[in-house]
Order: sequence, then structure tokens, then C-alpha cells
Amino acid sequence: MPTLDYLDRLEAEAIHILREVAGQFERPALLFSGGKDSIVLTRLAEKAFRPGKFPFPLVHVDTGHNFPEVLAFRDALAAQLGEKLVVRKVEDTIKQKGLQDPTGKYPSRNPLQTYTLLDVIEEFEFDACIGGARRDEEKARAKERIFSVRDDFGQWDPKRQRPELWNIYNGKIQKGENVRVFPISNWTELDVWNYIRRENIALPEIYFAHERQCVVLPGGQLLGLTEHLHLDADDEIVSRQVRFRTVGDATCTAAVASDASTVEDIIADIIQAKVSERGATRLDDTISETGMEDRKRNGYF
Amino acid sequence: MDLLRFITCGSVDDGKSTLIGRLLYDSDSVSLDILAALESRGAAQGNVDLALLTDGLKAEREQGITIDVAYKYFTTPRRKFIITDAPGHVQYTRNMVTGASNADLAIVLVDARHGVIEQTRRHSIIAALLGIKHFVLAVNKMDLVGYDEDVFHKIVADYQDITKLLKLTDVTPIPMSALQGDNIVRNSEHMAWYTGPNLLEHLEAVPGAEETKAEPRFQVQYVVRPQTAELPDYRGYAGQIQSGSYRRGDKVQVLPSGLESTIEAIEINQQEVEEAVAPQGVIIRLADDVDISRGDTIVPAHHVPHLTRELEATLCWMAETPLRAGRRFLLQHHAALVKASLPTILYRLDVQSLTHLGAEEARLNDIVRVRLKTAVPLAADPYRQNRKSGSFILVDEQTGNTVAAGLIEAVDPDYFTVAEPGAVAFSI
Repeated sequence: MPTLDYLDRLEAEAIHILREVAGQFERPALLFSGGKDSIVLTRLAEKAFRPGKFPFPLVHVDTGHNFPEVLAFRDALAAQLGEKLVVRKVEDTIKQKGLQDPTGKYPSRNPLQTYTLLDVIEEFEFDACIGGARRDEEKARAKERIFSVRDDFGQWDPKRQRPELWNIYNGKIQKGENVRVFPISNWTELDVWNYIRRENIALPEIYFAHERQCVVLPGGQLLGLTEHLHLDADDEIVSRQVRFRTVGDATCTAAVASDASTVEDIIADIIQAKVSERGATRLDDTISETGMEDRKRNGYF
Repeated sequence: MDLLRFITCGSVDDGKSTLIGRLLYDSDSVSLDILAALESRGAAQGNVDLALLTDGLKAEREQGITIDVAYKYFTTPRRKFIITDAPGHVQYTRNMVTGASNADLAIVLVDARHGVIEQTRRHSIIAALLGIKHFVLAVNKMDLVGYDEDVFHKIVADYQDITKLLKLTDVTPIPMSALQGDNIVRNSEHMAWYTGPNLLEHLEAVPGAEETKAEPRFQVQYVVRPQTAELPDYRGYAGQIQSGSYRRGDKVQVLPSGLESTIEAIEINQQEVEEAVAPQGVIIRLADDVDISRGDTIVPAHHVPHLTRELEATLCWMAETPLRAGRRFLLQHHAALVKASLPTILYRLDVQSLTHLGAEEARLNDIVRVRLKTAVPLAADPYRQNRKSGSFILVDEQTGNTVAAGLIEAVDPDYFTVAEPGAVAFSI
């Protein structure tokens, strides 16, 4: 009789959740950023639905502040999978809605992603959006359900969450509501990397150590140099061996100094480093201690 | 390395959050930036408070209480652990039921100064009701009773009543101080008289989920039909093996139709396998072209569950609006979603005394025994035999909200309870 280890169990749970989405919803979507968590989701979707097609398109909300390697990887993966990719740009939302493009030195478009996401949900009438969020990323996420019901403004109300019992997922919604689904809720950063190693999953190069021009932030963090930053003359630019732990808006996703050039190295790094992913690399959560919860209430993923 | 899910039962006052904080802290599962955030908050309040590691939401930080189920993770070289942290106040039975539904083990926290109290009983009863087999009686705050051996033994002796009442077969009492770190991850220097395992040692050694021992159950979640030039006729039934194991060549029955066939192939990740076990996700292909859709159950022909439109069940009522007999619902039995009516509330269970009380209605957090009728027959087992095929939720047809957790007690009318409100009888 086959014996299952913890990765087999996490994988089985995620596949079960993906198939519940396929079984319960009319028009689901898989939100795909080109980041490692969403790449893992595509592998899990292959395991859930092959030899059939995915019962959902891949949807990317593009901030326009992406690393080019990640966009190239995104397009190549979608082509290799033979699945439909829908891209909607924050840039276009800003123009259509007359929104204020963020200014300042590190103009993050993360807050504006919410508008584009809600628009794409409305455009395609998506009733469920699968995402790669994990409960270990941030305190507010620790209480997030696997099926998380949002109202028509995409808002999340932690006090009105449905209880989630056994592995029964209730996807019953009313008109205007939709559900965010998080199949890898119970995975940690280390679990994701261990799975990437086991499954031999390819990732964009920016996850591995490489030489890059970076701006040194006042707190000592390193920000990859891109055209989207508005630098001052006295900003310190250095060339460092770095890698990224998350891929997001390039203006607020810091790099970490690292020599880890393989998945094994990264796993060793994580075990040693003990700096949680969001804390190390996302600047926008440090604005207030409850940064994530405030943004979730407002419809951010 | 395998996986263990456990729930911690107790209130803020028992030091539950501190216990979880200590497990994370001493097993080096707290990252530096979170520690730094804690220390900056702690500094304002005078010290570092491990309990803050488990406080997730603004509202609870404002009120200083945990209001909802939260999940925490840590890993040792032997196991990955998923901690379900459910609040312990009286009004939050709903959260404890939710947390216990997925747990393999329950840590029941007792304050050494107060011993076994009403809440200890209530938490143990709910954990046992939800089918948890392994219990840790965590006698905490031993530092506040001078690490006194007699205090510990008295509490262990007092808990015997609960062990007997609930017929618990695995209870491990451990004296500890979460605040001081005694017997959590490191053995205590203050309690040389205790020779048993510390908490983490025990959590690493206890058996994990044993769903392969139950009878084989599999529900179809989704039908895979590529309809491509290469695979014009492929029909695969995708689902998770809920319990037991399945083998290629098994003679099977499909429920509720009763049609019979043979397993032609079991596929995992497009590879055919001889055998698959719970909780693996698989695609099953059958030798015959039978009509099967989402929610249907496929079982080996010699392990067929009851097929029933009438059930007796224990419900935990989870909605603000009280439940009254006569209501209609959607009953979600995993992938099967059927219309159901609730003709009778038999009694309410007092989770303190286990007494059956007469009940006209069920209010939020009440646990009641009811009868249900379904529009379509369900392939169901009693919860005591199978935590997967024996569980369901009730969904409000209008709002779509989950309003009750259901545990199937009897699927055969011969075993239904004759309503006798007031009688003391209880079985788990």
C-alpha cells in the first residue's frame, strides 16, 4: 500500500479543492502572476484535470511594473500548457477610470490592482477566482477560509466568514458575489519550495541568485533598479548578487542578497534565514501593522 | 515526514495562545521580522508576549480575545504540524466544532490553579463528538503552583471521570508551563518527578490520520472528458479517495444508481497505478459506459454503504436565526448537494452534563439531535465509522450560508432514537 508523506497530503488537499471549484462553479479563473505560488497552482491543475483541459483560463492582472523575465516566463508557460491566458493591465484601468497613478519615489501600483481585478471579474463574470495565497504569509491570512466569499465590491468581512468544516467547501453564492479560492492555504514557503524541488518545476530566473543593479533603501533593503523608480541624485546604486523571494510590483518588491542559485540552495537559505517572505520583500505591508487586513477588506486579493 | 493536525482547546486565561506561541518559538518557527514586530509591541507593554503570535485580526487585538479559528504551521524534522486555534468561550462552540472537524488530536488545556472546570468538560465532549481519538491533557501554569506533583496528579485523577464518560482511549497528561517553557519543547528542570514525554515529543510520536483503515469511499467531484482527436471517448471520474484503498480490477457499484462495473484504470497524474489510498486524488475509469455525474459514489461491491433518504444526525447550529423543525435546506454531503427537510428536532444536548433536553428550537452554538429527509438518496455512513462519508453541512437556500455542521448518527430507521427528551443517554 502506498504511504503518503506530508507533501503528498498537501498536494491531495489542493487537487481536491481545485476539483471542487471545477464542480461547483460556472465560470472560474486562475489568477496567475508568474510567481512561484501561481506556477505551483498550474502544476496542481495539471494533476487535477489532465488529460482534460483546465476548466478555467489563467488571468494575469498586470501592474505594468513587472520584471520582463517574469512576463516572458508567463507567456511561455501558458503556451506550453496550451491553456488560455487573459491579461488585463492596471495601466488601462488608470486611463479608463481617470485614476491617479501613484507618485513618489517607489510608486507601487499594488493598491490599484484591486480595480483591475474587479473589472476583469465583471468583464468575464467570473464566479470563482483561484489564487496562490497562503495562510503563513501574513497574520490576517491565518484566518482566511479556503473558499472566501466576497461581495460585489470584492470586500472580505472577517466576522462574516462561513465556517469551513471537514473538507466540505460551500461555494453557494448569490448574484454579484464571488468566491476567492486558495488551494495552497495550508502550505508554507518551505513547503512550496520542497514541492518545486520534488516536482522539478521551472521558475523565472529572478528567483535564483544573479547580479543586479539595486537601489539601497534607508532600511538597508535592496530594490532592483527599474525605469519605474523615481530616484534622487544621491541614491546609492550598487551591483549585488541577489534573488527575489516573491515577484510582484517591481517598485515595492525588494531583493535579498543571496548566492542561492539552485532550488536546493534556496531551501537551505530559507531554513537558515528565518525572515518571513512578506516581511523580507514586500514594502507595502510595513506601512501599518494591519496593512494586509485593510487591503483585503477593500477587495485586494 | 508526515502530517499531524491538532486543535488547542482552552481559553485565553488558560494560556492557550502562550502555549502555541511557545511551540512556535521554541521550535524555531517564528521568523525574525515577526519577532521584531512582537518585540516592538511588547516593549510598549513591558515584555514580549508570546500570545501575540496567534492574534491575527484587528478586532481581536482591540478586544484582546481570539474571535475566530486561525491556522498556524510548524515543522520539525519528523513532522509538519497544522495547529487549529479555536477560541474557548462558551458562545464559540461553533468555532471549536469547526476546528475539531479536521483535527487528529486535541490538546485540552487546564490551568493548574483551577483544575478540571466546566469548560474542560465541554471542550473534551466536543472534541470527542467530532471524532478526535488522541487527547493531551495539558496541565499548564505549573510554575504558579510551585511545580507541585500532587496538584498534577489530582487533576489527572479528576479528569478520569471525563475519560470514562467519553470512553476516551488515548489521553496523555503532561504537566507544563507554556510561559516558562517547561515540558513544551524542552524537558522541565523543575519537574524531575515527571518522566513522560514533553509535548513536542508526544506530538511527534502520536499516530497521524488513519483514513486508510476505514471502508473504501470515493465520490466523483468532476468528470474529465477531453473529447480530443486523440481521446474522443475518454471519460475519467476525478475525485479524492475519502477513505480506504482502491485497486485496479475492483468490482464496484455506483450509488445512488446501483449500477455495477469494474475499475479499468486508476490514474494519478496521468500515470496508471495498481492501487491508490486515501486521501489521494485520482481519476477512476470504469470498464462499462455507465451514467455517472458529480456527487455519485463509487464503492467496491462488497463494501456498499447504506443508501438512504432518511437520516438521524447531530447538528451544531451555526446561524444567528434559530432553527425550527419543518425547515428546508440544501444538504452538502461533500460533492453531493441535495435538497433536504428537517421534520423533527429530537433533543438538545447539554454539552456540560450530556443530558438530553427538550428542544423546540436550536439557537446559535446549540448541539441538537435531528431527523432529516433528503430529496435524493445519499450513500452515507455513521460518523463514528467514517468522518468523511459521515459528515455534511446544511446550507441556507436563500443566503447560501453554512448554517449547520452535521454528523450522521444513524442511516437505518431501525437504529433511530425514540424521542425521549430528558433522558440521560449519550454515545459517541
